[in-house]
Amino acid sequence: MSNDVAILGVGMHPWGKWGRNFIEYGIEAAQNALADAGLEWSDIDYVAGADTIRNGYPGFIAGATFSQALGWKGNRVSSCYAACASGAQALSIARAQILAGLSDVALVVGADTTPKGFFAPVGGDRPDDPDWLRFRLMGATNPAYFGLYARRRMEVYGATEDDFAAVRVKNGRHGLENPYARYRKAFTREEVLESAMVADPLRLLEICATSDGGAAVVLSSMDYARKHTTDPARITAISTVTPTYPEPVIEMPNFATDSASVVPAPARPFRDSIAHAAYEEAGIGPEDLDLAEVYDLSAALELDWYENIGLCAPGDAEKLLRDGDTTIGGKIPVNPSGGLSCFGEAIPAQAIAQVCELTWHVRGTAGERQVEGARVGITINQGLFGHGSSVIVQR
Amino acid sequence: MGSVGYRRAVTAKARKPAVEGWFTDDEANPALLGSRCTSCGTYSFPREKTLCKNPSCMGRTFDEVELSRRGTIWSFTNACYQPPPPYVPVSDPFEPFCIAAVELADEHMVVMGQMVDGVTVEDLHAGMEVEIVLDTLFEDEENEYVVWRWKPVAAQGGPK
Repeated sequence: MSNDVAILGVGMHPWGKWGRNFIEYGIEAAQNALADAGLEWSDIDYVAGADTIRNGYPGFIAGATFSQALGWKGNRVSSCYAACASGAQALSIARAQILAGLSDVALVVGADTTPKGFFAPVGGDRPDDPDWLRFRLMGATNPAYFGLYARRRMEVYGATEDDFAAVRVKNGRHGLENPYARYRKAFTREEVLESAMVADPLRLLEICATSDGGAAVVLSSMDYARKHTTDPARITAISTVTPTYPEPVIEMPNFATDSASVVPAPARPFRDSIAHAAYEEAGIGPEDLDLAEVYDLSAALELDWYENIGLCAPGDAEKLLRDGDTTIGGKIPVNPSGGLSCFGEAIPAQAIAQVCELTWHVRGTAGERQVEGARVGITINQGLFGHGSSVIVQR
Repeated sequence: MGSVGYRRAVTAKARKPAVEGWFTDDEANPALLGSRCTSCGTYSFPREKTLCKNPSCMGRTFDEVELSRRGTIWSFTNACYQPPPPYVPVSDPFEPFCIAAVELADEHMVVMGQMVDGVTVEDLHAGMEVEIVLDTLFEDEENEYVVWRWKPVAAQGGPK
């Protein structure tokens, strides 16, 4: 029995930094997705909102907030938060409703408006919360963890600062062609390496910014889609898996890993397992991919993701990049959208935006960014505290 | 390698841990305090107090154990900008510091922490041996707050 649902429409609000109410960005993304689907708001019977936790109460119940903004009409609703995986979580919820026969056509929407600079923990004194304590006791920001992973690639695999800069340069060229990207500039290697060091070895231009943005998708059952359109893009898998104990890689916002003293570390690391679950569900493997959208929180992390999604063996990601394989026009373009490098992160919208990008490519409507003949793509991402996030889009 | 060291109390303020129960009080014999499940023996840091995190174990009792005082660097980085609150600034202007993730061999786990003052990323490499020390994290009017830090073990042999 297939878990496929149809993607009838996708829509985004550009990423940027305007400080407007997140609801505005969500409305625009939702209306763009509805228009793309050729549907009206009245056709939607389910809304799955992805929450923002930095915008007060309306953000915690985003599904209802967006439903009210578009106009109360009694549709069913859900609101969810799963950190960077919120968008995938919302897609998963909507898909389950459709597959269970409880919804025909669902709107999935996430939007955010974000603070300047480092993500700080939610306000107040919370000495029992590791996400509070890691700032207090270690001064460990999000980039600190990314810096640890980047340095590890250098120490173990011989990755260089040139490799990390090359990721940013590649994504910059891709983002030039994306009207929704916040940063549309073809940075040079020199400009990247001259940007200020933030968390050695990562520099400012190698760490994603925080952005405003909104993205939305209209999903439907395959039955509904058949009455409405022909050959739609489909979601064929969504992975939301958690790690398997013991997790041996230090994870934000923790102080320590699990111990592998009694139970050995699993053969497949967590990030790999996120992709593996998606491949298994869709019945494909990495060799079937035409493109991938990966969560480049840092330029170095993009290289980790190449290995995690099985594009190459551990340690070979730099070669894939240097050979041009992951550039548009290469064997397996990664982040044709420009990635977080060019967008910055709008937490609840980002995983949805990844799906929007894949959809344009498999439809053949990605314009200057088009990956030739794209039919199969994967998104991959990871939320804090172990929320897997991967979606496979096919046509 | 630049001079390394850790600040000593120079005032009459009380020294209190910046977080209770995570490390021993004894500055001559510092150690992180972890827990060991009495059912399956798995380690945890910070201490587990409720239910063993091993999914095959339903253990609810834990022994407090001192973790290995030495480990090897898994990876390292630094903070070039002042972190946001609740990080408490200790100088103006901000002075960068290093952070390390350190592998403890017996416990098969990696524990993070700041490096002591005076250490830069040029001084560090993966596999390097470090040891735990206690150090002042910040002061207020009444107290000095103590935290663990990692310090390179001296006499590691020739230049890297």
